[in-house]
Amino acid sequence: MSANGLLQIALFLGVLIALVKPLGWYMAQVYEGKLPAFVRWIQPVENIFYRLCGVDSRQEMRWTRYALAMLWFAMLSVLVVYAMQRLQGLLPLNPQAFAAVSPDSAFNTAISFTTNTNWQGYGGESSLSYLVQMTALAVQNFFSAAAGMAVLVALIRGFARHTVDTIGNFWVDMTRSIIYILLPVSIVLALVFVSQGVVQNFSAYQSVPTVQAITYDNPKLDAAGNPLTEKATSREQVIAMGPVASQEAIKQLGTNGGGFFNANSAHPFENPTPLSNFLAMLAMFVIPAALCYTFGFMVGDTRQGWAILAAMTLLFAGFLAVAEYAEQRGNPAFAALGVNQTMSATQSGGNMEGKETRFGIVNSALFATITTAASCGAVNSMHDSFTPLGGLVPLAQIQLGEVVFGGVGSGLYGMLVYAVIAVFLAGLMIGRTPEYMGKKIEAFDIKMASLVILIPPMIILGGTAWAVMIAAGRAGVFNPGAHGFSEILYAFSSAVGNNGSAFAGLSANSLFYNAALGFAMFFGRIWLMIPVLALAGSMAAKKRIPVSVGSMATHTPLFVWLLIGTVLLVGALTFVPALALGPVIEHLNMVP
Amino acid sequence: MLKELRPAIVSFLLLTLLTGIIYPLLVTGFSRLTMPAQANGSMISKDGKPAGSRLIGQSFSEPKYFWSRPSATNPMPNNATASAGSNLGPTNPALMDVIKARVQALRDADPGNKQPVPVDLVTASASGLDPHISPAAAQYQLARVARVRQLNPDRLHKLVSEHTEGRQFGILGEPRVNVLELNLALDALR
Repeated sequence: MSANGLLQIALFLGVLIALVKPLGWYMAQVYEGKLPAFVRWIQPVENIFYRLCGVDSRQEMRWTRYALAMLWFAMLSVLVVYAMQRLQGLLPLNPQAFAAVSPDSAFNTAISFTTNTNWQGYGGESSLSYLVQMTALAVQNFFSAAAGMAVLVALIRGFARHTVDTIGNFWVDMTRSIIYILLPVSIVLALVFVSQGVVQNFSAYQSVPTVQAITYDNPKLDAAGNPLTEKATSREQVIAMGPVASQEAIKQLGTNGGGFFNANSAHPFENPTPLSNFLAMLAMFVIPAALCYTFGFMVGDTRQGWAILAAMTLLFAGFLAVAEYAEQRGNPAFAALGVNQTMSATQSGGNMEGKETRFGIVNSALFATITTAASCGAVNSMHDSFTPLGGLVPLAQIQLGEVVFGGVGSGLYGMLVYAVIAVFLAGLMIGRTPEYMGKKIEAFDIKMASLVILIPPMIILGGTAWAVMIAAGRAGVFNPGAHGFSEILYAFSSAVGNNGSAFAGLSANSLFYNAALGFAMFFGRIWLMIPVLALAGSMAAKKRIPVSVGSMATHTPLFVWLLIGTVLLVGALTFVPALALGPVIEHLNMVP
Repeated sequence: MLKELRPAIVSFLLLTLLTGIIYPLLVTGFSRLTMPAQANGSMISKDGKPAGSRLIGQSFSEPKYFWSRPSATNPMPNNATASAGSNLGPTNPALMDVIKARVQALRDADPGNKQPVPVDLVTASASGLDPHISPAAAQYQLARVARVRQLNPDRLHKLVSEHTEGRQFGILGEPRVNVLELNLALDALR
């Protein structure tokens, strides 16, 4: 890798780490209701809001009621997003006159956006109206992110409090996440995106004459209804438009990842410059990273937060190195075709299939590693065309449960569950009752943590096995051989992990995949949030036990390595056989 | 059970109004006032009419133009209403076939050129709309364009340099050449 490549990565990590403390502190203040002066003027609006909703902001909830509130909100969201897609043709702001979305695709998309997955079976610019994008999908980008943050804050309170039976108020936590954190940052980010060239308008698609006429094969049906192609000539280019920047900002910041356009962040109107790309990457990681500090601050020991952040950063660096190396090395088969893949001052070289020139290898591999470490799923390059090892990195990170930074809220609550498992394992090794944050970890807690760890692999591996056994599952495969298996494995991993990126060659807009992946996304989200809230309730009710010589410190390098080991071991043991059948075999086939 | 239903419905409506209507309209209004060119697609105008967007690549196949990166959009290349990559996997034989054909097309258009072809010139971009090629890909095509247009290669070299963008702030991204702007400038020569 070139010196400039290392510099770009170092700059990214440096800016990220510098933002952790200020943003993490700010978020802790917001969730504890001690608003800093510069946002206190918003508070009257917040209070009117609660009055209209009939919410007493001082009344806290037990974990069961907190979960119920979260479920009502999610259910309502699914219904509205489904209905708006089905009624699209009758609603305004539809300059291209798109018709209603099919029932199975609308179901899939409704689940997808309400679970923070943003898996996309449809192509945005060729099927959805501006109204649906803006008031159904982008709104869910806010809501699903805020719900993730609320559940995390509830879990943090569980650790921070003792001998109480409440963990906060869902409506307050969600509302504050949106109006004090997500919305203000999105406004600033959206305007910077526009300055770089991201479009923001409600115009119809614009037609321009092309410099050179192009001839192409146009598919059509003959008299008997058989598909064939005929030569056609085009002298114009129709350019899709839309209110993109406002959606792009929250799509990145909320680790949602659902692109306005089919090509997502590779599209020049979503991500036009290296600066927009840098900010898009930063937006994916900044809240998950800062929440580590928020956690440490709220439990009264910031070292605890830094330790978690250190484990995440080390894991991330390892995955990034593999992805950068594999993509820069390129495709050995190209050399024989007279293609130059060598990096030089005038080209980035490497495996450029499915990548954009302005991002090159460095920023494509970096973006891919970030988007799958966080549960974002936005892409600025096509993961399906990555080299086998380069594609293994996104896949493996999703399968580890997206705890390396992870989604906003969901990443850290996943990592805290791993921390509970880690102290449990350490306790088993030395024969002591495990403790975390001064709380005794007991049978109920381990059961809930085990659910969070075990449910995802069950659905991912079960779903993949089912899909490869039936014709409807195999029919979607695009690339032959081991890579085709990887496409299916990636789809189920991405759905359950609420990531949303894809080996996009898979034709997933079919009844089978829309339904199967829809349910996978739903269970991958809700079935994890409920045990996490149960864990929060259980922790809050416990007594705090004083630190003794027998307590294991959870802010030391030793604990950081223990945590990394737990994440890798649990992840590796579950998925190694499946990965061996996909990317590993393909790699062995590819190297000469 | 039902106690949380009212807050769910009312907060859903209020927050939708805030994040789904007020927010995008605010961003649109402010952008239109302060950055209308970017907000409307960074259009290039020629003789007072739009001649494309500087961010959206067009397809070129005539030897007198610099060619863009291959595009995998359907049904025609560089279809800006259906952005897409090829999604061909690294060991898919179809990928080898299509790259072989692209190398051949470049060689046919420029028979004397025996250099290896820069990789970005024969691989499909992620969006199918990549407006740029690498400086190496522009260099590779320079002699061909100069010969067909009977231009002094030094003069053409200077024109390419003028349309080459370095890394942003000297650090971010990759150096690149905007193909549409370069070709429009070529047509405007003389």
